[in-house]
Amino acid sequence: MFIERETMSASTTQSWTVADLRLAGGRRRTDVRMRRLFIAAGLTTLLVTGLIVYTLVKDAFSFFIDVPKHELWNIGWFPRRGFFDIKTLVVGSLMVTGVAMLIAVPLGLGVAVYLSEFARPRVRRVLKPIVEVLAGIPSVVLGYFAIAFINPNLITVLAPGANKAFNIAAAGVAVGILTIPIIASVAEDALRAVPLALREASYGLGARRVATTFRVVLPASISGVVAALILGISRAVGETMVVAIAAGAVGGGLFSTDPFQPGQTMTAAMAALGFGSDQVAGDGLAFQSLFFIGFLLFVLTFLLNLLGDRLVRRVREEY
Amino acid sequence: MALSTPSKFGASSAAGLTERITNGKRDVKGRVVEWLLLATLGVTLLILVALIVNLLDRAWPVLNGRFGDFLSSGLDASNAQEAGVWQAIRGTLTLAIIVIVVSFPLGIACAVYLEEYASRSRLARLIRINVRNLAGVPSIVYGILGLTIFVKFAGGITGGRTVIAGGLTLSVLVLPVVVITASEALRAVPRSIREGAMGVGATQWETVRSHVLPSAAPGILTGTMLALSRAAGEAAPLLLVGGITGLLRTGNLSLWEQITDGGFTSMPVAIFSYARQTGADFQAVTAAASLILLVLVVVINGLAIWLRNRFERNW
Amino acid sequence: MNETRKLVEQENVVEENHEEVMTRQVASHDDVPVFRTKDLSVFYGDFRAVRDVNVYIKAREITAFIGPSGCGKSTVLRCFDRMNDLIPTARVEGTVEYHGVNLYDREVDAVEVRRRVGMVFQKPNPFPKSIYDNLAFGPRLNGVKKKADLDVIVESSLKRAALWDEVKDRLKASAMGLSGGQQQRLCIARCIAVEPDVILMDEPCSALDPIATARIEDLMQEIKRDFTIIIVTHNMQQAARVSDQTAFFTTEVNPESDRRTGVLVEFDKTQKMFSNPSDSRTEAYVTGRFG
Repeated sequence: MFIERETMSASTTQSWTVADLRLAGGRRRTDVRMRRLFIAAGLTTLLVTGLIVYTLVKDAFSFFIDVPKHELWNIGWFPRRGFFDIKTLVVGSLMVTGVAMLIAVPLGLGVAVYLSEFARPRVRRVLKPIVEVLAGIPSVVLGYFAIAFINPNLITVLAPGANKAFNIAAAGVAVGILTIPIIASVAEDALRAVPLALREASYGLGARRVATTFRVVLPASISGVVAALILGISRAVGETMVVAIAAGAVGGGLFSTDPFQPGQTMTAAMAALGFGSDQVAGDGLAFQSLFFIGFLLFVLTFLLNLLGDRLVRRVREEY
Repeated sequence: MALSTPSKFGASSAAGLTERITNGKRDVKGRVVEWLLLATLGVTLLILVALIVNLLDRAWPVLNGRFGDFLSSGLDASNAQEAGVWQAIRGTLTLAIIVIVVSFPLGIACAVYLEEYASRSRLARLIRINVRNLAGVPSIVYGILGLTIFVKFAGGITGGRTVIAGGLTLSVLVLPVVVITASEALRAVPRSIREGAMGVGATQWETVRSHVLPSAAPGILTGTMLALSRAAGEAAPLLLVGGITGLLRTGNLSLWEQITDGGFTSMPVAIFSYARQTGADFQAVTAAASLILLVLVVVINGLAIWLRNRFERNW
Repeated sequence: MNETRKLVEQENVVEENHEEVMTRQVASHDDVPVFRTKDLSVFYGDFRAVRDVNVYIKAREITAFIGPSGCGKSTVLRCFDRMNDLIPTARVEGTVEYHGVNLYDREVDAVEVRRRVGMVFQKPNPFPKSIYDNLAFGPRLNGVKKKADLDVIVESSLKRAALWDEVKDRLKASAMGLSGGQQQRLCIARCIAVEPDVILMDEPCSALDPIATARIEDLMQEIKRDFTIIIVTHNMQQAARVSDQTAFFTTEVNPESDRRTGVLVEFDKTQKMFSNPSDSRTEAYVTGRFG
C-alpha cells in the first residue's frame, strides 16, 4: 500500500548502498528522453537561423559574382532587363522608413508616456488593449487603407502634386501606423521599469508631473526609448505588404527621391520577384537578385535588432 | 528662519500660501503637455476608428448586396462580381492548423528548454539571443527560406508550392513569437512551485509536466494565440512560396489532393490580389475581405489579451 | 574492504576535530549516522559560501542549525537533499554521507535523494491545486495509482501533520485557500506522504504567527518519532525548545576579498550549547550579545 520501504526499515546501524539512491529505471529514462527532446527543440531555432543565413548567402554570393558590377549602380531597378540599381531600392526603403518614423515616433512615444506616466490605472487598463489591437492589424489591410483612405484624404490633400494612385508617402504613413504599437510598447516597458522611488524623489523636491516625466523618468530610461525607435525602424524597413500594395512600381522602377511618386523598396522588390506573373523562373540573375536583396535586408535588420536588444537589456539590468 | 522660508517663494500671507499649495490648476505648461500627450493617444485611436469606418463604408456594396455569394465564391482577381473568399478562408484555416501542429509544440518545447533546463548555460544564452533576433527578421526573408527549403529542397515531401510548404513557412515565422511568450509565461511561475515538486522527489520532467506547464498554461495560451493571429495576417512569405494571387481553380480535386498537390491562397494573399485591381467593385471586394480578416485577427487577439488579464496572477 | 578502512580513517579525523561530539557518540560507534559531512564546502561560482563543515546527524533526533544570516546554514541544509543542484553555479567540496553512501556519487540520483529527504521551505509553497492533489502528487510519482490507496495515504499523512480535522471536509478545495500555518502543515504532510527518512526544514516558521509556530513545533515533536529532522532557524529560542543537537554557524570575513564565508563554530547537544558552550562566539550569540 505504502511506497516500498525496505530500506527505511534498515535502522541506522547499517550502511545503505548507492543502489538505494538510484531512481527507478523507467522514470530516469523518461526524464533523460524528455531532456534530449527539449534540447533538440532549442537547437531547432539555431538551425532556422543557420538555414536563413545559408540560403541567403549562397545565392547572394553567386549573384554578386555573376552580375556586371555597373548594373548595380544604374538608372533604376528592372531585374528582368538586367538593371539592378541597388540605390533605387535602398533610397525607397529609407524614404518609406523616414515617413513612417515621422508618424510613429511622436504618436508612439506620446502614447507610451501618457499610458506610463499620466493615465490612471483604470484608464490604462482600457486603453492599453486597444493599442495592442492596433498591433494586430494585418499589413495587407493597412496597405489597402493606404490607397483607399490615406492617399486620397491625406497625402494628395497636403501635397496636391502627389500621384493619385500610388506613392511612397502614403505607404510610409501606413507603415508608420503599423509601427506605432511597437514603439509604444517597448518605450512604455522602459518607462515603467524606472523605479517609483526615482519619481518620488523628484516629487519630493517639488517637481511637477511634467518635469518629473521629462527631466527624470525619460532620461533614466533613455536607452529603452532609443531601443524602441531602433526596433521600430527595423520593423518599418522590413515591412513588405503595405509597400507592395500602396507604393506602386511592382515590376521595377526608376531611381527617384520624390516621396510623392511611386517608388520601389527592397521588400516590395523581393515580393515582386517572387509572386505571380512576375515570378522569375529558373536560376537566372533576376531570381538570384532576390537573395541578394534578402541578404542586405537581413543584415540591416539584424544589426538594428541586435543594437535595440542590447539597449533594452541595459534598461532591465539597470533597475 | 524656517518660518520665513515661504516668503522667498512669494507667499507672505496664509492666503498666499494656500494659493501656492493649491495652484495645480495654474500649471499651464503642465496642462498643455498633458493634453498633447492625450492627443497622441486620441489620434492613434482615431486611426483605428477611421480604418474601421472606411472599411465598412467601402465594403457596404458587398456586405449588403452579395455577402453570402462573396463568402462562397472562389478567388478570382479578374471579375469582381465573381470574386469571393471561401478558398482564402479555407487556406487560412489550413495554414493555422499546420502552425498549431508544428510551431506550438516546438516553440513551447524550446521555451521549456531555455527556462527549465538550461537557464544559464552558454548554449541557452546563444539560443535566447538567436530567438530574439529571429523575431525581428522581416517576414519576407522567411519567404525566401520557405522557397528554398520547403518548396525546392523538400519539395518531394511538401509537394512544392502547396499549402503545406506555406504552413511550414509560417510555422517557422511565428516560432520566435511562441518561444518568447512561452518563456515569459514560464518565468512567471515562482521557483517555490518547482522546489516543492522536486522536494518530494519529482524528476525535472515530472515537475515541468505536472506543475510548471499547468501553472504557465494561460500565459502560454495567450502567446500562442498572438502567434496565430500573426500567422493569419501574413502575406509576404506566402507570396514567395506560392500563394495564388490571380485565379484559383480547385475543380474536381479532392480535399487531400488540394492540400498536397494543388495551389492555395489565404485571406491576406487574396486581399493583396484584390487590392491590386482597380475600380470601385474591387475596392468593395477588398474592403469586405479586409473586414473579415480584421474581425478574425482582432477576435483572436482580443481573446488572447482577455485571457492574459483574466489569469494574471500575483503569486 | 578498502572502503571500510577509508571510513574508519575518516572517522578518526572527525574524532580529532570534534572530540566532545565523539565522546558521547563513541558508545554507538558502529552506528552509521543518517548524515555525516566531512570538510564540506559549498561554492557559488568562485565564491565560497560556507567552508569546512563537519556534522553528524543521528536518526530520529532534531538537529537545529542556527547562526546569523549569511552564515551558510541554509546552504548546508540544501546539500542534504541536493537542492543546490538546481543552482547552476553551485559546487560542493568535501563529502556528504547519507547512511554511509556518498550523496554526491555520480551514480546517485538527486531525485531519489529528494524523495527520501523531504524539504519544507521558508515560505509555504503548496501547489496551486486541491489539498488532495497536493498530498497525492508524491505517491503518484512513485507508482501508487489506486484511488483507495491514495485516499489512505492522504488521510494518514494529514493526520500525522495534525491537519486532518481542519481540512477533511474540503479535500477538493484549493490549497491556496488555507491559512499560512495550515499551508505549512500541508507542506509537511506532503513530505510525509512519500514516507521520507529525513525532513529538512528551512526556517519553516519565519512566515508564521506565534500560534501557528507553536503548532508546527508541537508537530515536530510528534513526527520526530518517525523521522530525522534538521531545522534551520533564526530563532534561538525555537532551537532551544525543539532540538536535540544544535550546530552554530557564523560568518568570517575573508580579508583578501572582503566577502563573508560561513563557518561551523560548534556542534553539540542543544542543552550544552545553550548552557555551557565551549566556544566564546557561541556564548556571545546565544546570550544575545551578537547577531
